[in-house]
Amino acid sequence: MANAKGGPAERRTSDRDAFARRVVGRPHRKVDAVAKVLGSTRFADDLALPRMLYTRLLRSPHPHARIVRIDTSRAAALAGVKAVLTGQDLPVAFGILPVSQDEHALAVDKVRYVGDPVAAVAATSEDIATAAVDLIDVEYELLTPITSLDDALRIHEPRIHDYAKHGNLQKVTDLEFGNVETGFAEADHIREDVFFYEGSTHLPMEQHAALAEWSPDGKLTVWASTQTPHYLHQRALARVLSVPASRIRVIACPNGGGFGGKSDPMNHEVVVAKLAMVTGRPVKITLTREEVFYCHRGRHPVLMWVKTGVKQDGAITAMHFKSLLDGGGYGSYGVASMYYTGALQTVTYQVPRYKFQGARAFTNKAPCGPKRGHGTPQPRFALEVQLDKIAEDLKLDPAEMRLRHIVPPQTLTANFLRVGSVGLGACIRKVVDGSGWTTKFRQLPHGRGVGLACSSYICGAGVPIYWNDMPQSGVQLKLDRGGGVTVFCGSTDIGQGSDDVLATIAAEMLGVDLPDVHVVTADTSLTPVDLGSYSSRVTLMTGNALVQAAERAREIVATYAAAKLEVPPHRLVFAGRRVFDGGNSERGVTFVEAVQLAEAAHGTVVTVGSYRTPTAAGRYRGAGVGPSPAYSYSTAVAEVDVDPDTGIVRVERIWIAHDVGQCINPVSVMGQVEGSVYMGLGEAVMEEMPYRDNRNLMHKIPSMLEYKSPTTLEMCDVVTYLVEDPDPNGPFGAKEVGQGPLLPVPPAVANAVYDAVGVRIDEVPITPEKVLRALKDKTKGGVPRFGPTRFPEVPWPEPIRVPPPWEGGDGSALGDAGRQRATAGEQPRTRRSDARQPAAAGRASPVSDREDST
Amino acid sequence: MARRRSEASGKAPLTLEVNGETVELAVTPQKTLLEILREDLGLTGTKHGCELGECGTCTVTLDGVPILSCLMLGLACEGKSVRTVEGMAHGAELHPLQRAFADLGAAQCGYCTPGIMLAAEALIAGNPSPTRDQIKDALSGNLCRCTGYIKIYEAVELAAAWMRGEEARPREESLYGER
Repeated sequence: MANAKGGPAERRTSDRDAFARRVVGRPHRKVDAVAKVLGSTRFADDLALPRMLYTRLLRSPHPHARIVRIDTSRAAALAGVKAVLTGQDLPVAFGILPVSQDEHALAVDKVRYVGDPVAAVAATSEDIATAAVDLIDVEYELLTPITSLDDALRIHEPRIHDYAKHGNLQKVTDLEFGNVETGFAEADHIREDVFFYEGSTHLPMEQHAALAEWSPDGKLTVWASTQTPHYLHQRALARVLSVPASRIRVIACPNGGGFGGKSDPMNHEVVVAKLAMVTGRPVKITLTREEVFYCHRGRHPVLMWVKTGVKQDGAITAMHFKSLLDGGGYGSYGVASMYYTGALQTVTYQVPRYKFQGARAFTNKAPCGPKRGHGTPQPRFALEVQLDKIAEDLKLDPAEMRLRHIVPPQTLTANFLRVGSVGLGACIRKVVDGSGWTTKFRQLPHGRGVGLACSSYICGAGVPIYWNDMPQSGVQLKLDRGGGVTVFCGSTDIGQGSDDVLATIAAEMLGVDLPDVHVVTADTSLTPVDLGSYSSRVTLMTGNALVQAAERAREIVATYAAAKLEVPPHRLVFAGRRVFDGGNSERGVTFVEAVQLAEAAHGTVVTVGSYRTPTAAGRYRGAGVGPSPAYSYSTAVAEVDVDPDTGIVRVERIWIAHDVGQCINPVSVMGQVEGSVYMGLGEAVMEEMPYRDNRNLMHKIPSMLEYKSPTTLEMCDVVTYLVEDPDPNGPFGAKEVGQGPLLPVPPAVANAVYDAVGVRIDEVPITPEKVLRALKDKTKGGVPRFGPTRFPEVPWPEPIRVPPPWEGGDGSALGDAGRQRATAGEQPRTRRSDARQPAAAGRASPVSDREDST
Repeated sequence: MARRRSEASGKAPLTLEVNGETVELAVTPQKTLLEILREDLGLTGTKHGCELGECGTCTVTLDGVPILSCLMLGLACEGKSVRTVEGMAHGAELHPLQRAFADLGAAQCGYCTPGIMLAAEALIAGNPSPTRDQIKDALSGNLCRCTGYIKIYEAVELAAAWMRGEEARPREESLYGER
């Protein structure tokens, strides 16, 4: 039925399309849905092992302090306590990015935010562990806390981390794609605006949990609520525990929500593993909700300045974007987050000249990291609100103006991102028509308004987090002589439906029914590596790996079935649990018989498939963030009701269109779109991670009651349009849907508030206080606006100049022509010995610095 | 698992009816119903998201009324009837709410799902044809971070229709979006 919508989905032809798709694109129950409604899905905290011990962590009450002394003797003496650990027991640093190996499982010498883990206890009960933690004495020497972006720029000492480039600035970058000054000179109109996007947290319903078991034969097993079992396995556990990776097994339990919050290897996961090794007993931890707030790794607060030049028709002549990220106490994914705030400005509307300056600061707060949309909702908010202002300045309809300047399909952008299919135009038209935009925009009564915004998101990071030449995703496929099909893949289901993607594609390609397919995922001992459930990479990458494995399996099976049926193998079709002649469907065998024929002649039928991303076109430092095999597109129209007396913004309805390339299971796609709209709505009007604004720098509200997120009473109506513009790089043309549809929501709401009451709220969340303040200013004849007014001085480095493709650029920076391809970790993707060259050539990479020293 | 219970004092006997079966236990006075269900009875289908009564995840019904099991002391439930997600299916047959939640993708990560289905079941028991607003009201104490609640409303409406004996099907737009 999805195909009946028409459109480009039908154009793709291969033998599997000779017969209508029976599974892909058709709505069905997710493969794990029944277990979830039965309550029988085993989440990490549902696990228990005999003789299991319980762990509690002692966390720092100070935002920034040196640990002078820790005395654990009273805790260790408590009856029932089996082990107490401090940072001295786990001295090896780790971190998700090679460039920021700055975490310890337990603080070694310093604590860097309130909640930083300092010591751990394993005991026979959780009560005893809790009591024992209270008996640990820690003497701290307090250090000046870095409370804000301004502090981080102003206070160079004390440094939160010694490796930071400039005082408390972890990383600064300056990238120039063409001469923006030339572009501004050509412009008919130029705008400069400053925006702020507040931080928010993932708030998964499941509290993080982990269970570890050590066997005296030297093997370790860890079950955890993690989105990235591979990174936990190899980037944290093997490294910190000095146990060979070959003897560690990590099993990611289904996550009770992730949204990016379970993407970092976490302190407590390393701690329970060590405690299991020390005690010889299984050890478990489940974090309290308060602790989940301290783990954070959520949305970075970002201050942004954007200057855009346009022609009369809204065509962009140049854009200059600055961002300053408040990173919190550790690196996490932050360097990537920083680059992401500057990467995707170019993939929606044509930007011929582009300059990006970005910086990430350390502050003494819970570390920020990747949250749904990773580093891109903030700049998208700035860009789409500014475009709304530009459209008004130029007296253009904002939808019409955007439609005119969409990046064409198969474009290489100014910053060398290779765009494939672009369904953005269809998205805009769907929501404009559906919402009645032309009869509402600037025409609704005072207090009511509509706003529109667009966006794009990656379908998987084009380059892996750490430097390697191996595939990003692997699948093993086993065909059982009983006709069952088992898919083994390292991907982790966090609720987004990744297990179902595998089952659906396997069923489609092998012509079996969904219940015939078994999916084994997220187990580092059983499944080939998939890098994890982040960057919206899973459908595209595991899907492509599975397509390859399934094609190989079909080839084996077809060979022997063809011999028996006396037809050429290429004529065989797999459908309806049969393998038959496409020209004469009567002539066939059952799938079971076909597998048995193959197994008899060929041996056990097992195949593998791998996926590696296309080579990134950019070769400059920083080019590793932004490239993706494909880009999804979204457009939202929000309709709001603003009460001028209270400032309360009520979002009534959001029309959202999302270009998903091709639905694998439309039910899951709908769910991802609606869930993204929900999370975007929360960020637009209420969610924030505020800190007490004093030297204690405590998180203000580490509870679900006080951290405001939308309930059923705040959630708006959602009208969803699925646009299917297949991308040649996606499996069956599929692109991502888990993150992209969040992006246009906050700016659409902000633009709608302006349409309703004529004030610009240039920061999120758009709270009643901010609206009221702006309305008051408007009444007094002031600037009808709430938001930041200045972007501070930042010690930017010398710009890296990269001529865009239309100026003859080849993706290299000027003066850096010999440079190899860059990676996410900024290390060239070449042989290791070569990797030293660019560092030696000048701009020493902190990545290689760190990697070489470890 | 809740924390910070005071150190062990004597256990008291407790008789409950759980999903139609009588169970007899000895529990410490400070033990919550959530802990008894998950730890003593192995009924891990009941989840927890805060253990402070803020998120609704641990919702079960007590004599048909939805309650937060993390705030309910076990001993306060003496002689009462508790229903958890494990009691919803009829043998191997899914409850209409379970079917509808599965069909519509109303369970994404599935963590809030048991609590929400029990709250919805109690709603439908008292009001076989709840309006959308009544559903929102009844579920306003249950947070879900995955779905945006939309598919949950639709699943409750679909299940309610089935429970009224109607031949209902999911709307096309729920499955494919608007045209």
